[in-house]
Amino acid sequence: MTEKIFPAEINELAAVIVFLEEELDKAQANPKLMVTLAVALEELFVNVAHYAYPGTKGTVKIGIDTSGDSIVIRLIDSGIPFNPVELPDPDITESAEERKIGGLGIYMVKKSMDSMVYEYKDNQNILTISKRK
Amino acid sequence: MEITKNKEGAKLTLALSGRLDTLTAPQMEEVVKGDMEGVTELSIDLKDLTYVSSAGLRVLLMAQKTMNSRKGTMEICNVCEDIKEVFSITGFADIFTIK
Repeated sequence: MTEKIFPAEINELAAVIVFLEEELDKAQANPKLMVTLAVALEELFVNVAHYAYPGTKGTVKIGIDTSGDSIVIRLIDSGIPFNPVELPDPDITESAEERKIGGLGIYMVKKSMDSMVYEYKDNQNILTISKRK
Repeated sequence: MEITKNKEGAKLTLALSGRLDTLTAPQMEEVVKGDMEGVTELSIDLKDLTYVSSAGLRVLLMAQKTMNSRKGTMEICNVCEDIKEVFSITGFADIFTIK
Protein backbone atom coordinates (compact mmCIF):
# COMPACT_ATOMS: atom_id res chain seq x y z
CA MET A 1 0.00 0.00 0.00
CA THR A 2 1.34 3.40 -0.99
CA GLU A 3 0.57 6.02 1.65
CA LYS A 4 0.62 9.78 1.63
CA ILE A 5 -0.37 12.36 4.25
CA PHE A 6 -2.43 15.40 3.26
CA PRO A 7 -3.66 18.40 5.24
CA ALA A 8 -7.39 17.84 5.82
CA GLU A 9 -8.38 20.88 3.73
CA ILE A 10 -10.67 21.19 0.72
CA ASN A 11 -8.03 22.89 -1.41
CA GLU A 12 -5.90 19.73 -1.16
CA LEU A 13 -8.50 17.81 -3.16
CA ALA A 14 -6.72 18.27 -6.50
CA ALA A 15 -3.50 16.84 -5.01
CA VAL A 16 -5.43 13.91 -3.54
CA ILE A 17 -6.96 13.08 -6.93
CA VAL A 18 -3.55 13.36 -8.63
CA PHE A 19 -2.18 10.86 -6.08
CA LEU A 20 -5.03 8.46 -6.94
CA GLU A 21 -4.49 8.91 -10.68
CA GLU A 22 -0.77 8.22 -10.38
CA GLU A 23 -1.34 5.01 -8.44
CA LEU A 24 -4.06 3.80 -10.81
CA ASP A 25 -1.96 4.65 -13.86
CA LYS A 26 0.83 2.47 -12.46
CA ALA A 27 -1.69 -0.35 -12.09
CA GLN A 28 -3.13 0.36 -15.58
CA ALA A 29 -6.64 0.56 -14.17
CA ASN A 30 -9.41 1.25 -16.69
CA PRO A 31 -10.81 4.80 -17.01
CA LYS A 32 -14.25 3.84 -15.67
CA LEU A 33 -12.73 2.48 -12.48
CA MET A 34 -10.70 5.66 -12.22
CA VAL A 35 -13.83 7.84 -12.32
CA THR A 36 -15.72 5.66 -9.82
CA LEU A 37 -12.82 5.66 -7.36
CA ALA A 38 -12.19 9.38 -7.82
CA VAL A 39 -15.81 10.19 -6.96
CA ALA A 40 -15.62 7.96 -3.87
CA LEU A 41 -12.28 9.31 -2.67
CA GLU A 42 -13.42 12.90 -3.20
CA GLU A 43 -16.55 12.36 -1.12
CA LEU A 44 -14.62 10.74 1.74
CA PHE A 45 -11.75 13.22 1.72
CA VAL A 46 -14.06 16.24 1.55
CA ASN A 47 -16.09 14.79 4.41
CA VAL A 48 -12.98 14.57 6.61
CA ALA A 49 -11.89 18.07 5.52
CA HIS A 50 -15.31 19.50 6.43
CA TYR A 51 -16.10 17.71 9.66
CA ALA A 52 -13.21 15.83 11.29
CA TYR A 53 -11.37 18.75 12.86
CA PRO A 54 -13.88 21.44 13.90
CA GLY A 55 -12.07 24.68 14.73
CA THR A 56 -8.64 23.15 14.31
CA LYS A 57 -6.35 21.77 11.61
CA GLY A 58 -5.47 18.15 11.06
CA THR A 59 -4.28 15.66 8.50
CA VAL A 60 -5.54 12.61 6.73
CA LYS A 61 -3.39 9.69 5.66
CA ILE A 62 -4.49 8.11 2.40
CA GLY A 63 -3.30 4.66 1.40
CA ILE A 64 -3.89 3.05 -2.00
CA ASP A 65 -3.25 -0.61 -2.74
CA THR A 66 -3.57 -1.81 -6.33
CA SER A 67 -1.76 -5.12 -5.93
CA GLY A 68 -4.73 -7.48 -5.44
CA ASP A 69 -7.94 -8.27 -7.35
CA SER A 70 -9.47 -5.10 -5.94
CA ILE A 71 -8.26 -1.55 -5.58
CA VAL A 72 -8.21 -0.75 -1.86
CA ILE A 73 -8.23 2.82 -0.53
CA ARG A 74 -7.83 3.62 3.15
CA LEU A 75 -8.31 6.96 4.88
CA ILE A 76 -7.02 7.49 8.40
CA ASP A 77 -7.66 10.64 10.41
CA SER A 78 -7.44 11.46 14.10
CA GLY A 79 -10.45 13.79 14.12
CA ILE A 80 -13.76 13.32 15.90
CA PRO A 81 -15.10 9.75 15.65
CA PHE A 82 -17.47 9.39 12.71
CA ASN A 83 -18.78 6.16 11.27
CA PRO A 84 -20.12 6.86 7.76
CA VAL A 85 -21.18 3.23 7.31
CA GLU A 86 -23.93 3.81 9.89
CA LEU A 87 -25.15 7.04 8.32
CA PRO A 88 -28.79 6.62 7.24
CA ASP A 89 -29.31 6.58 3.48
CA PRO A 90 -31.01 9.65 1.98
CA ASP A 91 -34.47 9.22 0.47
CA ILE A 92 -33.63 9.16 -3.20
CA THR A 93 -37.25 8.90 -4.30
CA GLU A 94 -38.10 12.47 -3.30
CA SER A 95 -38.89 15.13 -5.88
CA ALA A 96 -36.55 18.02 -6.67
CA GLU A 97 -38.34 20.27 -4.16
CA GLU A 98 -38.01 17.78 -1.33
CA ARG A 99 -34.52 16.58 -2.11
CA LYS A 100 -31.81 17.51 0.33
CA ILE A 101 -28.16 16.88 -0.28
CA GLY A 102 -26.99 15.78 3.17
CA GLY A 103 -25.56 12.29 3.24
CA LEU A 104 -25.62 11.96 -0.51
CA GLY A 105 -21.86 11.79 -0.95
CA ILE A 106 -21.47 8.91 1.51
CA TYR A 107 -24.43 7.17 -0.08
CA MET A 108 -22.74 7.41 -3.49
CA VAL A 109 -19.65 5.77 -2.02
CA LYS A 110 -21.68 2.96 -0.40
CA LYS A 111 -23.52 2.26 -3.64
CA SER A 112 -20.53 2.39 -5.95
CA MET A 113 -17.96 0.42 -3.92
CA ASP A 114 -17.91 -3.32 -3.29
CA SER A 115 -17.11 -2.80 0.37
CA MET A 116 -16.79 -0.03 2.92
CA VAL A 117 -15.46 -0.85 6.37
CA TYR A 118 -15.07 1.48 9.35
CA GLU A 119 -12.95 1.02 12.45
CA TYR A 120 -12.13 3.35 15.33
CA LYS A 121 -8.80 2.40 16.78
CA ASP A 122 -6.11 4.26 18.78
CA ASN A 123 -8.17 7.48 18.51
CA GLN A 124 -8.24 7.21 14.74
CA ASN A 125 -11.00 6.87 12.18
CA ILE A 126 -9.95 4.17 9.74
CA LEU A 127 -12.14 3.84 6.68
CA THR A 128 -11.40 1.29 3.99
CA ILE A 129 -13.17 1.01 0.66
CA SER A 130 -12.54 -1.47 -2.12
CA LYS A 131 -13.63 -1.97 -5.70
CA ARG A 132 -12.91 -4.95 -7.94
CA LYS A 133 -10.63 -4.24 -10.89
CA MET B 1 -13.89 23.29 -15.44
CA GLU B 2 -15.10 25.66 -18.13
CA ILE B 3 -18.63 26.95 -18.59
CA THR B 4 -19.64 28.33 -21.97
CA LYS B 5 -22.81 30.41 -21.83
CA ASN B 6 -25.11 31.03 -24.75
CA LYS B 7 -28.23 33.08 -24.21
CA GLU B 8 -30.96 33.54 -26.80
CA GLY B 9 -33.95 35.37 -25.36
CA ALA B 10 -35.35 33.27 -22.53
CA LYS B 11 -33.22 30.26 -23.40
CA LEU B 12 -29.85 29.77 -21.74
CA THR B 13 -27.48 27.00 -22.76
CA LEU B 14 -24.59 26.14 -20.51
CA ALA B 15 -21.89 23.85 -21.88
CA LEU B 16 -19.72 22.37 -19.14
CA SER B 17 -16.34 20.83 -19.74
CA GLY B 18 -13.92 19.15 -17.36
CA ARG B 19 -14.90 18.14 -13.82
CA LEU B 20 -17.86 19.33 -11.79
CA ASP B 21 -16.57 18.63 -8.28
CA THR B 22 -16.14 20.21 -4.86
CA LEU B 23 -13.60 22.68 -6.23
CA THR B 24 -15.45 23.73 -9.38
CA ALA B 25 -19.11 23.55 -8.27
CA PRO B 26 -18.94 27.13 -6.87
CA GLN B 27 -18.30 28.40 -10.46
CA MET B 28 -21.53 26.77 -11.58
CA GLU B 29 -23.35 28.04 -8.49
CA GLU B 30 -22.37 31.59 -9.43
CA VAL B 31 -23.93 31.15 -12.87
CA VAL B 32 -27.10 29.60 -11.42
CA LYS B 33 -27.44 32.46 -8.97
CA GLY B 34 -26.29 35.28 -11.22
CA ASP B 35 -27.06 34.64 -14.88
CA MET B 36 -30.60 33.35 -14.79
CA GLU B 37 -32.60 36.54 -15.04
CA GLY B 38 -35.52 36.07 -17.42
CA VAL B 39 -34.44 32.53 -18.26
CA THR B 40 -37.31 30.03 -18.55
CA GLU B 41 -35.57 27.44 -20.65
CA LEU B 42 -32.29 26.08 -19.36
CA SER B 43 -30.23 23.55 -21.25
CA ILE B 44 -27.09 22.08 -19.71
CA ASP B 45 -24.77 20.38 -22.15
CA LEU B 46 -22.43 17.85 -20.51
CA LYS B 47 -20.74 16.62 -23.69
CA ASP B 48 -17.26 17.50 -22.45
CA LEU B 49 -17.87 16.86 -18.77
CA THR B 50 -16.10 13.77 -17.47
CA TYR B 51 -16.98 13.76 -13.79
CA VAL B 52 -19.68 14.78 -11.31
CA SER B 53 -19.41 14.48 -7.52
CA SER B 54 -22.12 15.14 -4.93
CA ALA B 55 -21.10 18.82 -4.87
CA GLY B 56 -21.86 18.86 -8.60
CA LEU B 57 -25.22 17.17 -8.06
CA ARG B 58 -26.03 19.74 -5.41
CA VAL B 59 -25.58 22.65 -7.83
CA LEU B 60 -27.51 20.88 -10.62
CA LEU B 61 -30.35 20.34 -8.14
CA MET B 62 -30.19 24.03 -7.26
CA ALA B 63 -30.58 24.88 -10.97
CA GLN B 64 -33.51 22.46 -11.26
CA LYS B 65 -35.24 24.03 -8.24
CA THR B 66 -34.67 27.51 -9.64
CA MET B 67 -36.32 26.51 -12.92
CA ASN B 68 -39.19 24.69 -11.17
CA SER B 69 -39.93 27.72 -8.99
CA ARG B 70 -40.38 29.91 -12.08
CA LYS B 71 -42.27 27.22 -14.01
CA GLY B 72 -39.44 26.98 -16.49
CA THR B 73 -37.83 23.91 -18.00
CA MET B 74 -34.40 22.40 -17.60
CA GLU B 75 -32.84 19.64 -19.62
CA ILE B 76 -29.46 17.99 -19.39
CA CYS B 77 -28.03 16.65 -22.62
CA ASN B 78 -25.09 14.65 -23.93
CA VAL B 79 -24.45 12.83 -20.67
CA CYS B 80 -21.62 10.27 -20.77
CA GLU B 81 -22.08 6.77 -19.34
CA ASP B 82 -20.06 7.39 -16.16
CA ILE B 83 -22.12 10.42 -15.24
CA LYS B 84 -25.36 8.64 -16.17
CA GLU B 85 -24.38 6.01 -13.63
CA VAL B 86 -23.86 8.67 -10.95
CA PHE B 87 -27.34 10.11 -11.75
CA SER B 88 -28.83 6.66 -11.58
CA ILE B 89 -27.19 5.57 -8.28
CA THR B 90 -28.35 8.76 -6.58
CA GLY B 91 -31.91 8.83 -7.93
CA PHE B 92 -31.23 12.02 -9.89
CA ALA B 93 -31.97 10.21 -13.14
CA ASP B 94 -35.66 10.52 -12.15
CA ILE B 95 -35.43 14.17 -11.14
CA PHE B 96 -33.62 15.57 -14.15
CA THR B 97 -34.84 15.57 -17.72
CA ILE B 98 -31.97 13.85 -19.46
CA LYS B 99 -31.85 14.03 -23.24
